[in-house]
Amino acid sequence: MDLTVSIILGIIIAATPLVFAAIGELTVEKSGVLNLGVEGMMIVGAIAGFAGTIESGSFTAGIIAAIIAGAMMGLLFAFLTQTLLANQVATGLALTMFGLGIAALWGQGYSGKSLPTFPKFAVPGLSDLPIIGPILFGQDALVYLSIALVLGVSWFFARTRNGLVVRAIGENHEAANAIGYGVVRYRYLALMFSGGCSGLGGAYLSIVQTPLWVENMTAGRGWIALALVVFAAWRPMRVLLGAYLFGGITILQLHSQGLGVDIEPQILSMLPYLATIIVLVIISRDKVKAKLNAPACLGQTFYAAS
Amino acid sequence: MSLMKHSKMKYSKPIVGALAALALAVGAASALAADKVKVGFVYVGPIGDHGWSYQHHEGLKALKAKFGDKIETTHVEKVSEGPDAERVIQQLAAKGHKIIFTTSFGYMNPTLKVAKRFPKVMFEHSTGFKRAKNVSTYNIRFYEGRYVAGIIAGKMTKSNTIGYIASFPIPEVVMGINAAYLGAKSVNPNVKFKVIWVSTWFDPGKEADAAKALTDQGADVLFQHTDSPAAMKLAEQKGKFAIGQASNMGAFGPKAQLTALVNNWGPYYIKRVQAVMDGTWKSGDTWGGIDSGMLKFAAWNKAIPADVVKLAEAARDQISSGKLHPFTGPMKKQDGTMFLKAGEKISDRALSGMNFYVEGLDGKLSK
Repeated sequence: MDLTVSIILGIIIAATPLVFAAIGELTVEKSGVLNLGVEGMMIVGAIAGFAGTIESGSFTAGIIAAIIAGAMMGLLFAFLTQTLLANQVATGLALTMFGLGIAALWGQGYSGKSLPTFPKFAVPGLSDLPIIGPILFGQDALVYLSIALVLGVSWFFARTRNGLVVRAIGENHEAANAIGYGVVRYRYLALMFSGGCSGLGGAYLSIVQTPLWVENMTAGRGWIALALVVFAAWRPMRVLLGAYLFGGITILQLHSQGLGVDIEPQILSMLPYLATIIVLVIISRDKVKAKLNAPACLGQTFYAAS
Repeated sequence: MSLMKHSKMKYSKPIVGALAALALAVGAASALAADKVKVGFVYVGPIGDHGWSYQHHEGLKALKAKFGDKIETTHVEKVSEGPDAERVIQQLAAKGHKIIFTTSFGYMNPTLKVAKRFPKVMFEHSTGFKRAKNVSTYNIRFYEGRYVAGIIAGKMTKSNTIGYIASFPIPEVVMGINAAYLGAKSVNPNVKFKVIWVSTWFDPGKEADAAKALTDQGADVLFQHTDSPAAMKLAEQKGKFAIGQASNMGAFGPKAQLTALVNNWGPYYIKRVQAVMDGTWKSGDTWGGIDSGMLKFAAWNKAIPADVVKLAEAARDQISSGKLHPFTGPMKKQDGTMFLKAGEKISDRALSGMNFYVEGLDGKLSK
C-alpha cells in the first residue's frame, strides 16, 4: 500500500510541470496566438526560480521570480508578434532557443548549488488519514495551485465575460476588433499569463522535482505541453487529464521496470506518448465539437488596420 | 568497439551552428602566434553539463596547465552530432589546428571525413571504433570503476537492493551493469539489482523520477549511467547512497555520494599533444583503465567502514596491476549458458560487443 501511495505521489510530481505549462498555452491559443516558445519560457522559469530561491533564501520569492521571468518572456513574444507583427511560428522557435541560451548564461554560477526540500502543505488532521491523506491533503502548495489554475481557466472561459471575449478574439480577431475589443491588449495579457504559468512549470522542475539546476533541464517538456493542448482539443479539464495520464504512465513504466515486468524498455518509454495521444484523441473524436473548440484564428497575424 | 555513449542528439539546436562559428572566430582571432601548437576540441554538451563534456574540458585545462603558452587551445561546445559537427571540425582543421579531439560517439563519421581532407592534421575521436592514418580513437574502461563501486555498494546496502538507472541497452551500458553487479555479488551473495531504463542520456526530471521509483521500491544505493546529477540529489534528500557518474557529484550529494567514477582525460591529452610536439604521433586505439590514470575515483565517503574501503582499494589495485579482471570465468549468461571458461578472461572484442546480462541479474535485456 505504501508503494501505491508513493507511485501516486510520484505521478503528481511528474505531471505538475506539464499542467502549468499546458494550461498557460491553452489560454494563449484560445486567444488565437500560437506560441511555440513554451520550452524557452519554462527553462527561464526554472533558472529564475532556482536562482531566486538561492539568492533570497525564500521559496516564495523564488516562485515569484519564476512567474515574473516567464511573464517577461511572454511579454517579449507579445511585443514581437503583436506589436511588430512577426511570424508566430518563427518567433516561438526563436523564443525557445533564446530561453535555453539565456538560462544557460544566467545559470552558470548555480549548477552544483543546493536547495532544501520544498515543504509539503499538509492539511492538519486530514493529511494523516491512511492513503488518501498524503495524496489529497499532503501535497505541496504548487500542486494545489496547478489544479486551481486549471479550474480557474476552465471557469474563466465558460463563465466570464472576459473569457468569452478572449474566445471571440481567438475565433475571429477582425470581428472582435470591429466591435471594439482590444485584440492586441487581450493577447498581451494572455501571453504574459501563459509565460508566468510556463515559468512556474519550469520552477517546479528545478525547485521541487529534481531540485537542482543544470542546463537544458526541461528536456522537451515544453513541447509535450504544446502537444497536450492540441490533443486535449483546447479543453482545460482534458489538459489536466492528459498531463496526469502522461505523468502517470511515465511513473508507472519506471516502477514496472523496477518490479521486473517483462516488457521491452523501449516500448515502455513510448507508452506515455502513445497512451496520452490515443486517450485524448478518442475522447475528443467528435469532429464538429473539436472544430468548434479549435480557435479559428490560431497562429494568424492580426493587422489592426484591416 | 561499439561504445555508443554519445550517439545522442541531446543538444541538437539550430543555434549551435551560429555559436560554433562565433566561437571559432574568437578562437581564430587570438591564434596569431604561429609557432604554438594549436589544439582543438569539440564537445557535444555544454561545459556546464557537470558530466561528460565538463570532464573533457577539465582535460583541456590540464593541457593548458602542463604546456602553458606552448599551445593554443580552441573549444567549441554544444555541437550537435550531424552536419554541424562536420562543419565545425572542418573549420578547426582549416584554421591550422594541429590536433583535434572530437569527444562524442556521433562525431565518428564527420571526423573521418574531415580527416581525409586534411591528411596533415591529427584527429582523436573519443569512444569510436573507426580509425585512419591520422585518426586515433580513445576511451576509458568505465566497467573497471563500476566493479569497484559495486563492491562498495554491495557492502553498504542494508536492503540488499541496489538501484541502477540506465540509459540505452548498448554494450557500454550493459557491461557497466554487469560489472557493478559482479562487484556487488562478490561481497554480498544476497544482493539484487533493480534496473530502470529511462531511454535518455539527459533528462533530470525523468532521472529523478526513476531514482524515486527505485528508492520507493527499497533500493538504498543507486547507480546511474545517465548524465545529470538528479539521482544523486534525490539520494541525498532521501538519506540513501549513490555512485557518481563521470564527474565528482559530491556537491549534489555530500552525504549520499559513496564515490564517483571520474573521467580523467588530462593524462591522455597531455601524452598525445606531447607526441605531436615530438613528431611521434601515430594512429592507434587507447582503452585506458584504472592503471592509465584515465579513470579516477572521487574520495571515499566517510560513512564507508575501513574494511570496506580496504576491499575496494584491493580490487582497484588488483585491477590496475592486471591481476584481477571483472569478467573472469567461470561465468554464465543470464540464461545459464557459459560464456567464459574457468580462469578465462574476456577479450576486449567480446566485451565491447556485450549484449547480455550475466547470471543472477533479474529482468530482461532487450536486444
